[in-house]
Amino acid sequence: MTEGEFLQSAYRQIRELLSDSSASAPRFSPLHGVHVELGASFTDFAGWEMPVRYSSDLAEHHAVREAAGIFDISHMAEISVSGPDAVAYLNYAVAADVSKLAIGQAKYSLLLNEAGGIIDDLIVYRLGDEHFLVVANAGNRFNVVPPLQSRTAGFRAVVVDQSDETALIAVQGPRALEILENTVGLTLAEAAAHRPQSSLTDLKYYWSLPATFLGNPVLIGRTGYTGEDGFELYIDVAAAAALWSALSEAGQSRGLVPAGLACRDTLRLEAGMPLYGHELDLTTRPDQAGLGRAVAFAKDGDFVGRAALEAPLPASAPVLVGLVGEGKRAARAEYEVYSGDTKVGIVTSGALSPTLGYPVAMAFVDASLSAEGTILDVDIRGSRHPYTVTALPFYSRKKN
Amino acid sequence: MANPTDLSYTDEHEWLRVDGDIAVVGITAYAAEKLGDIVYVELPKVGSTITAGAVVGEIESTKSVGELFAPVSGEILEANDAVVASPELVNNDPFGAGWLVKVRVTSTGTLLTADEYNALIGE
Repeated sequence: MTEGEFLQSAYRQIRELLSDSSASAPRFSPLHGVHVELGASFTDFAGWEMPVRYSSDLAEHHAVREAAGIFDISHMAEISVSGPDAVAYLNYAVAADVSKLAIGQAKYSLLLNEAGGIIDDLIVYRLGDEHFLVVANAGNRFNVVPPLQSRTAGFRAVVVDQSDETALIAVQGPRALEILENTVGLTLAEAAAHRPQSSLTDLKYYWSLPATFLGNPVLIGRTGYTGEDGFELYIDVAAAAALWSALSEAGQSRGLVPAGLACRDTLRLEAGMPLYGHELDLTTRPDQAGLGRAVAFAKDGDFVGRAALEAPLPASAPVLVGLVGEGKRAARAEYEVYSGDTKVGIVTSGALSPTLGYPVAMAFVDASLSAEGTILDVDIRGSRHPYTVTALPFYSRKKN
Repeated sequence: MANPTDLSYTDEHEWLRVDGDIAVVGITAYAAEKLGDIVYVELPKVGSTITAGAVVGEIESTKSVGELFAPVSGEILEANDAVVASPELVNNDPFGAGWLVKVRVTSTGTLLTADEYNALIGE
């Protein structure tokens, strides 16, 4: 073994050790100290020690629906894609057609494998003619980065994992706009003036603007995972705590509360948004999960997963539905779904909806039983409860 | 919230206020906080017989399902309908208005003092 080979092999071993999150100590958000000071309870999420709640799941949930909540989602993975072939490369590597995106525009997308299974769901932001930001789930970072890198073969495109340098703060709720506009030190960058929507007020859903906070670049996306209006702010980890406190100060008189992962889950469930590992996984095709629209068959050229997904969905494949129950007993993930005595599906997420007051769930069921209004039974720890198949989302905010 | 010294406890995070052969049972503030916001409570029926250590009810929060273990054997004399109607009472007042059942005790399992329970939960 040459010295070079030895170093390479040692480097590979270190990298494997670092990437095995289950074997290593928990990872901490750059905002961990802020959460401790706020009295948060913590939970392990994809190897990260993250706030599950600060006071009450329900109070935080209602605050986001009625005023605003501030979330630390710094565990998410941020991956930069750049180069002269960035568009062609991404159109091959992911399911969306990114050639249609204007600078500043974002798109919900999927990273597929050759079989059409879902490696992760993503948001892709176009930051420039040849520059994109891909945001992936924390738990999938090390499943997403290697295929994104290997798929660059033949393209002049560079993939850089910037997760460790990037913090992500979400402000969600009907008062989010007002809070950002009153955050001291947060101002739009000069480049924002040249965008089709040049202010936060005008910024449309799934568009972004460049900004600065006390001299640090910030990307502000009008995106979220709660079903409310809101923003997600990407910033260097070193400036994250100062931004959190400036946003909190602006929110103090506007009903803003720190909000943990527990309410994030009930909020996204009410909004009918999938969670990787629950509604989406490697064995699930996008069209089973109601995400057929996220696959751009009309775009030019091949993309990973295209051939497999051009074959029609087999009639035997279960499909994702919304289920609504009565009473207070919630169908939860992994509970079985029945039609008569026949098992016809499985619940992937479920809770007593804090906003609606009745149980809601998402489940994969036989396609023949997926029509709205179909009544199915969920086995809740040994007793059967009727649930009705319902269109998603369960909750939609009132749009102004 | 401090665990009252005049109560007995179990390692399943229940408390008992024992008066002769009658015991009022609830879950501790520690358990309520760990569960999160409680949204559903199912209690054993009045008149039913319970056996120490057996599952006799359920306490659900937004995030999880907790089982209620009988801390003693005996007969259910009363179930707290107020917590069934307003499960948040368990979070708001676990040692008071959030009580769960009243039992005529025939035999008790292993009970802990407040000091022993504090040691169990590391307080």
